[in-house]
Amino acid sequence: MGVKKAITGAQAAAEAMRQINPDVVVAYPITPQTPIVEQFAEYVADGIVDTEMVPVESEHSAMSATVGAEAAGARAMSATSSQGLALMWEIVAATPGLRLPIVMSLVNRALSAPINIHCDHSDVMGVTTVGWIQIFSENAQEVYENLLLAIRVAEDPRVQLPAMVNQDGFITSHAVEPVEIFDDALVRKFVGVRSLDRALLDVEHPKSVGPLVLPDYYFEFKRAQEEAMSKVFEVYREVGTELSAITGKQYPFFETYRTDDAEAVVVVLNSAAGTAKAAVDAMRAQGKKVGMLKPILFRPFPYAEIRDALKDAPVIGVLDRSMDFGAYAPVYTEFRNALWELDKRPAMQSYIYGLGGRDIMTTEIEAVFEELLSGKVDPEHQRYIGLRG
Amino acid sequence: MSERKAWQELGLGVELPAATSLGYKTGGWRVLRPVWNASECTHCMICVGYCPDMAIPVRQTDEGVPGKGGRVFKGVVRLDSNLDYCKGCGICAHECPTKCISMIREEEAEQAACKL
Amino acid sequence: MPTLQEIALKTSGADARIVSGHRMCSGCSIGPLIKTVLAASDKPVIVLSATGCLEVVTTIYPFTAWNTPWMHVTFENAASVAAGVEAAYKALKRRGRIEGDVNILAVGGDGGTYDIGFQALSGALERRHKFMYLVYDNEGYMNTGNQRSGATPFGASTTTVPAGKVSFGKPQWRKNLVEIVAAHRIPYVGQAAVHNTLDLYKKAQKGFNADGPTVLAVLQPCTTNWSFDPALTMLYSKLAVETNFWPLYEVENGVVHINTKPSNRKPIEDFLKGQTRFRHLFKPGNEHVIAEMQTMIDDEWARLLKIEESGIQF
Repeated sequence: MGVKKAITGAQAAAEAMRQINPDVVVAYPITPQTPIVEQFAEYVADGIVDTEMVPVESEHSAMSATVGAEAAGARAMSATSSQGLALMWEIVAATPGLRLPIVMSLVNRALSAPINIHCDHSDVMGVTTVGWIQIFSENAQEVYENLLLAIRVAEDPRVQLPAMVNQDGFITSHAVEPVEIFDDALVRKFVGVRSLDRALLDVEHPKSVGPLVLPDYYFEFKRAQEEAMSKVFEVYREVGTELSAITGKQYPFFETYRTDDAEAVVVVLNSAAGTAKAAVDAMRAQGKKVGMLKPILFRPFPYAEIRDALKDAPVIGVLDRSMDFGAYAPVYTEFRNALWELDKRPAMQSYIYGLGGRDIMTTEIEAVFEELLSGKVDPEHQRYIGLRG
Repeated sequence: MSERKAWQELGLGVELPAATSLGYKTGGWRVLRPVWNASECTHCMICVGYCPDMAIPVRQTDEGVPGKGGRVFKGVVRLDSNLDYCKGCGICAHECPTKCISMIREEEAEQAACKL
Repeated sequence: MPTLQEIALKTSGADARIVSGHRMCSGCSIGPLIKTVLAASDKPVIVLSATGCLEVVTTIYPFTAWNTPWMHVTFENAASVAAGVEAAYKALKRRGRIEGDVNILAVGGDGGTYDIGFQALSGALERRHKFMYLVYDNEGYMNTGNQRSGATPFGASTTTVPAGKVSFGKPQWRKNLVEIVAAHRIPYVGQAAVHNTLDLYKKAQKGFNADGPTVLAVLQPCTTNWSFDPALTMLYSKLAVETNFWPLYEVENGVVHINTKPSNRKPIEDFLKGQTRFRHLFKPGNEHVIAEMQTMIDDEWARLLKIEESGIQF
């Protein structure tokens, strides 16, 4: 099997990038993503990779240059957080339309204002509609494996869409964990080399990319893009199976933890899922039947599979680490959508937690379970965990 | 114009093969049409260089063609304006050093053609 | 030495890198500008366009006038997209995945260059990517109908800063892009005008062949929005040079060299008259604007002469 290294989530991302050895990496620093590109820059400086690294002058230029490189024919990667994502939003929105399979690390950090450098999911939840594949990671091990998976899913001829691999800022990115790094040669073989058949640098077959498209054709282009998004499920499964042969792990769209006979289920993304598992175990030790579901593939959203997994849960509490001001929270919304079709719908409660890096404790999740089990839920009004006042 | 494609018929990405605009004849925009008097031309190439629509074709010739003053002009010579694309801007006529290009109204040219 | 004959062959044949059928306004000087610059490259050219006139008129799906690899992403990033292409080119060549040499050309209008694309341009120059940046300067956001940009001249009326009862149009002088990019200490900057085909071509050659990033700034009279008869497009380009409004000069390895010194510089009115965007300046009460314009032009010209004479290096 692999070699265990004590590394942070950021370093794990850099390890994946080291093995991928992309043609181009474009970087602009922003807390808490910066250690990813700093670590990778060291690999470049020491000749461990021979990637062309471009230290640009803003995130908008970072994604622009990544797009230029990917369109030219290179395999290009980047990384950002929060304000950086917000600044590059224009280009992030253009990338799926151009069908460029860029893979980017997104280290989740709260959006200003107020300015806050700590973890929440307001950054990623602001870009769910534009067409990037979105994968979430509970810990450094998942970050590492998800990046390898993402390259293959994104570049698959049936897909050709960009992918962002999320991890919690500071909590995952800066905390040291044991991470199993698999054999370089095996991983390199799995990842392969990007085909040049769409390269702009193929001067023998000149083409024009990104023309103006008027109302007579724009709609059709977007429908074609949606079709590619719908193919992600089957490609994700296939690539996951292939990666399993190297890692011995499984790559489901979401992870279920002790949900089979659960009378209450909590839904939570990224690192707080780990906390939730501990809370589930503590409740189970008291004889209470509770479970947890952790979404991994968030876009495209696997509505049918989620519905199937939760159809027998009497009550579900969805923990969102961001808000959608004036509307139901994003993860809560997707789960309500998934469960709408059931004849007998579970009761649901929306919780907001962890904004701006506010910690969440196992005891707080246990309290959520108690509330869910008591049946005292109000699906139309979200509640706040750990809020003063 | 051909029928518009369904979404399934679009190629991958928002891309086009090169030079498809040759299928779009901008000559229909014209209000004025250039009339070139080859016998007064010195094949200086000023009009060719200035034409925004690449609508003045050229060819290479060793034997040359007769032009202004009965001289023979060799090397690269211009041909008649390509009316498929010429928009009738009049830059060629305005800039020609020998004034061998004049602009006439498109409808006059069409009427003259009808009379043939 | 290049000739108009050579240039004619390159811009008119089947191998021309831009072809007919585009939707430029009748008489648009972008046409001769871009075709001349493209012809000056002795290698295949990859073109990265910012949003603007050139991009819109040359590529309305399913038509494209480009016969060379071309890409457009958004408005402010021609230079950073080009930087990415350049990085990809270096990486793929180094890894033996592609062969042959190319030139990389980023193109923007003045809006996409002086304003919204300024940062990306500066960053790309500072990082020393090997590419040429071409700005076609029509002195405003012309694709959207004449809004004011950082390149709009003093006294011009635009839709966002129009001349009116209490306004004479733009109250600020335009940015000096050539000096700003020269201050990045790049190997070559050229300022050219579309009517002087040979000068433009030679500058484009220098821009493509230099060992590092280069900028070519070309005045691009806009018949539609400066508002004059399309046949007069080249005349206005000539007047811009003859009035010293648009000097033809280069900054080669930091040293200024002026290409044309009009012996009898024409008064700025000769350039202004006949353009609707300056029409209001000829109304009583606005004489001071023309006078101030003339002073600024003369001062700028005197300053440029001094810089050239001193031989000082940017």
